[in-house]
Amino acid sequence: MADQADFEEQAMPFADALYSAAMRMTRHQADAEDLLQETYLRAYRGFGGFREGTNLKAWLYRILTNTYINRYRAKQRRPDETDLGEGEDFYLYRRLGGLEAAYANRSAEDEVLDLFTETEVKEAIEDLPEQYRLAVLLADVEGFAYKEIAEILDIPIGTVMSRLHRGRRRLQERLFDFAAQRGLADPPAEDVPVTAGSSSGADDGDG
Amino acid sequence: MAEQECDDVLRRVHDFLDGELTAERLAEIRAHLGDCGHCLEAFDFEAELKIAIRATCREEVPAGLKERIRAQLEAEPG
Repeated sequence: MADQADFEEQAMPFADALYSAAMRMTRHQADAEDLLQETYLRAYRGFGGFREGTNLKAWLYRILTNTYINRYRAKQRRPDETDLGEGEDFYLYRRLGGLEAAYANRSAEDEVLDLFTETEVKEAIEDLPEQYRLAVLLADVEGFAYKEIAEILDIPIGTVMSRLHRGRRRLQERLFDFAAQRGLADPPAEDVPVTAGSSSGADDGDG
Repeated sequence: MAEQECDDVLRRVHDFLDGELTAERLAEIRAHLGDCGHCLEAFDFEAELKIAIRATCREEVPAGLKERIRAQLEAEPG
C-alpha cells in the first residue's frame, strides 16, 4: 500500500515528461495543461492501489493515456482507426540518398535532423493517427520497453511492434515530404530499390 | 559482406535501437556493424532520427502549472 503523502514527492518529477507527451497527444497547450492536471488528480486518488516497487512512471503514463483517450478523443467525430499498412524500413534514409554529397561534407557534430526544423519534426509526429502516435511517443520519446508500452496501452506486444513499425514509417514519409518541398530531395517515387526486409511481419491485432 | 547477413541485421534496426534484443543477438549485430560501414551508416541515421524526435518532444511544464497541480492535490480530502 503506497502512502498518499509520498505521492507528490514521487510523482511530480515526471511532470515535464508527462506534459511533453500531453502536448503531442492534444496538440494544444491549454488541453495539455488540463490533461496533466486531471492525470495527477486521478493518479493521486488511485495512488493507494499503486504497488510500490513497480514502475511508477509507466503507471502514470497509463493514467495519462487513459485520461486522454476517455476525455479528449471523445471530442473527435469518430475514433481514429486509420490503418497505415506495412512498409519497408529505412524509408527516409534510402530516399535522402540524393543528399550524399551534403552528408559527405557535414561535420561529425552535425545531426541528420539538422535537415528538418523542430516544427517539422513535431508536425510529423502530431500528424500520425492517434494509435501510432502514442506508440511512437512512448518508445522514442520516453524509451519505454515494448512490454511496458503493451501494458500502458493495454494492447498485445505484437500490436505494439506493428504500430511502431507503421508509425515510424509514416513519420519518415512525412519528413520526406518536408525535404521534398524544400527541394532537398526528389519527389516521392514508387520504385526506390529496397534491400532490407520489408516488414517485421507483426500483425496489428486490433481486430 | 554477405547481403543476406546485411538484410538480417538491417531488419533488426529498431529492435536494436529500442533495446529489445537478447545480449547474444546484440553482440552479433555490434560485430557486424563493426565490419560493415553500409549497415553502420543506416543504423546511425535511424539512431539520429530517434534522438532528434526525443529532443524535439522535450517540453517543460508551463510556469505555474506544477503549483496549480499541487494546490489541487492539497485540496483533495486526505
